Amino acid sequence: MNPTFSESTLSNINRLLSRYPADKRKSALLPLLHMAQAEFGGYLSPETMDYVAQLLTLRPIEVYEVASFYTMFHKQPTGKYVLEVCRTGPCALNGAESIIDYITRKIGVTINEISSDGLFTVKEVECLASCGTAPMMQLGERYIENLTEQKIDDIIDRLKHGERLDIEPNPENSILFRSCQGQSNG
Amino acid sequence: MVKLLLDGIEDPSIRYLNGYRAHGGYQSIEKAITMSPLDIVEEVKKSGLRGRGGAGFSTGMKWSFLDRKSDKPRYLVCNADESEPGTFKDRYLMEKIPHRLIEGMIVSSYALGVRHAFIYVRGELIWVAKHLEHAVGEAYSAGYLGNHILGSNFSLDLTIHVGAGAYICGEESALLESLEGKRGYPRIKPPFPAVSGLYGCPTVINNVESIAAVPWIVTHGGDAYSKIGVDKSTGTKLISASGHINRPGVYEIELGLPVEEFIYSESYCGGIKNGRALKAVIAGGSSVPILPAELILKTASGQPRLMTYESLNDGGFTSGTMLGSGGFIVMDDTTCIVRNTWNLARFYHHESCGQCSPCREGTGWMEKILHRIEHGHGTQADIDLLVDVSKKIEGNTICALGDAAAWPVASAVRHFRHEFEFHVRHPDQVTAPNHVANAAAYKYEEITHAKNND
Ligand SMILES: Cc1cc2nc3c(=O)[nH]c(=O)nc-3n(C[C@H](O)[C@H](O)[C@H](O)COP(=O)(O)O)c2cc1C
Ligand code: SF4
Ligand code: FES
Repeated sequence: MNPTFSESTLSNINRLLSRYPADKRKSALLPLLHMAQAEFGGYLSPETMDYVAQLLTLRPIEVYEVASFYTMFHKQPTGKYVLEVCRTGPCALNGAESIIDYITRKIGVTINEISSDGLFTVKEVECLASCGTAPMMQLGERYIENLTEQKIDDIIDRLKHGERLDIEPNPENSILFRSCQGQSNG
Repeated sequence: MVKLLLDGIEDPSIRYLNGYRAHGGYQSIEKAITMSPLDIVEEVKKSGLRGRGGAGFSTGMKWSFLDRKSDKPRYLVCNADESEPGTFKDRYLMEKIPHRLIEGMIVSSYALGVRHAFIYVRGELIWVAKHLEHAVGEAYSAGYLGNHILGSNFSLDLTIHVGAGAYICGEESALLESLEGKRGYPRIKPPFPAVSGLYGCPTVINNVESIAAVPWIVTHGGDAYSKIGVDKSTGTKLISASGHINRPGVYEIELGLPVEEFIYSESYCGGIKNGRALKAVIAGGSSVPILPAELILKTASGQPRLMTYESLNDGGFTSGTMLGSGGFIVMDDTTCIVRNTWNLARFYHHESCGQCSPCREGTGWMEKILHRIEHGHGTQADIDLLVDVSKKIEGNTICALGDAAAWPVASAVRHFRHEFEFHVRHPDQVTAPNHVANAAAYKYEEITHAKNND
């Protein structure tokens, strides 16, 4: 099935576009790809990217080259929950390596793999501006900081039991519009 | 302790408009609109404020380069991409006191004759962008944004924009490309953004912390600001402290604080964790040269090292470092310098945008060689090759990521060469638990001298 945004997301997109100069619609590409990824299965399929290109009247290649450049855009399906654990210097000083090892063993996956129940993917990411609360990871729209094995057990168990942790991106309001109705195309 | 940027932070309501106004927020706008824009630029020049994004370039000077003769629109873009390893101060400020940045954007836009400004927030910090968005909404409702601000002729729109994960988008010209909806490829300069920036229009790009300092300067005057701090390091600076310390976090310090006090005082880092000894510090974000304990506490000439641009730079790259973004990473004596350097080299290789071959290839080489040495497969020649590659990157690239990748490696070999030597000479020991202590104590003088006499 071809991806199509809901009516309310489409009206948000119109508001999004009004925030950039009228002849600079391409500026909305990154926020729009975030919305598309949230709405269409957690990754950017070629169909999704073509749809976004069409919405912004861009050539598909202009969308592909951008989607492939930025690490937050997933080009492959992922597990329902993506655990993005920081591995950079300051986090590594405070045990990132052993935490990553613990998480992958606990879930039973290698990095970037989808767990057999389809629930989890573990990714290694670079510094998330959270080095004072290392080790840490991003889960959906949230940061989980000062990670311990116990904290990880708790989170993974709760997610396995289907508990909501208020981490899911919501395409309806995920990218920021309420305030700028008054905006006048600079 | 002087607090300008974090003033009021202990009050959680300061996140919202009413709380912020209760702490004197938004007063600088009332004052600014009675002043001429160029007078505000003068005040910022007088303040001595230097860019807090890393390079430390005078903010007032940068503003005065903005092409005001062009008939194109002018833009102000705030760099909130904060991705330099070890740095988390902008995030903290935006999370806790978003209105301080917004107020700064408004007065700065007035001074620069900007009608539409942007804050580019790194994509991972989506909830911070939402706080900002909420605060921007409050500012519109209160008449601080939109048309005819506070009844004046000054109108401004402010757009919060989110990135999508790429360290290179913190580089200002890459950030502009990204804001235009493209890959974050740094541009060749000149032209500089002041002449041709966003959409080819004159643009000023400043770090969050630089812009957040402007309201105080406008309210109290540039002279008052310049009296805080020492010499050419005026004002206060947010320091992100991480690593092996008792009290990691963000601290606003008056520039001029002794490094030793910052590390050991209970008001700041609170000393080294678990009572261990200090081994090394990366003082200004992962891109600046690493210094061993004795050189971070005192300069080569024996002066106490201070938290200022000048003092940290004392000794140049032979025995000094840089204040950079203020990402202060502390390492205790259990830290393997080879492993840490490899980790950072891997980061820069991952983040190189690939446009220039010295950076694209060189960062890959450095990562590979360091991986070899760390895992006991390195040779003596590898250590020299490492330094050689770093020199070939430095200064030969489109943007400063090349230098940022080269400096940590070159400085680690400069100050901790014995640890690299230990790794290549005792490959069987590199996984032993005590190898860090053995590497630190390793004596290799004879060998090096023999080589130098060849
Ligand atoms: C690779 C690279 C990454 C950078 N990352 C950031 C960043 O995350 N935030 C920032 O403010 N400046 C960053 N900078 C510096 C910017 O290019 C620019 O100098 C700065 O935003 C200017 O603001 P300032 O004058 O207020 O410091 C980076 C530079 C380079 C070369
Ligand atoms: S120095 Fe590196 S990051 Fe900068 S433009 Fe060249 S390849 Fe890209
Ligand atoms: S190094 Fe992990 S958040 Fe900065």
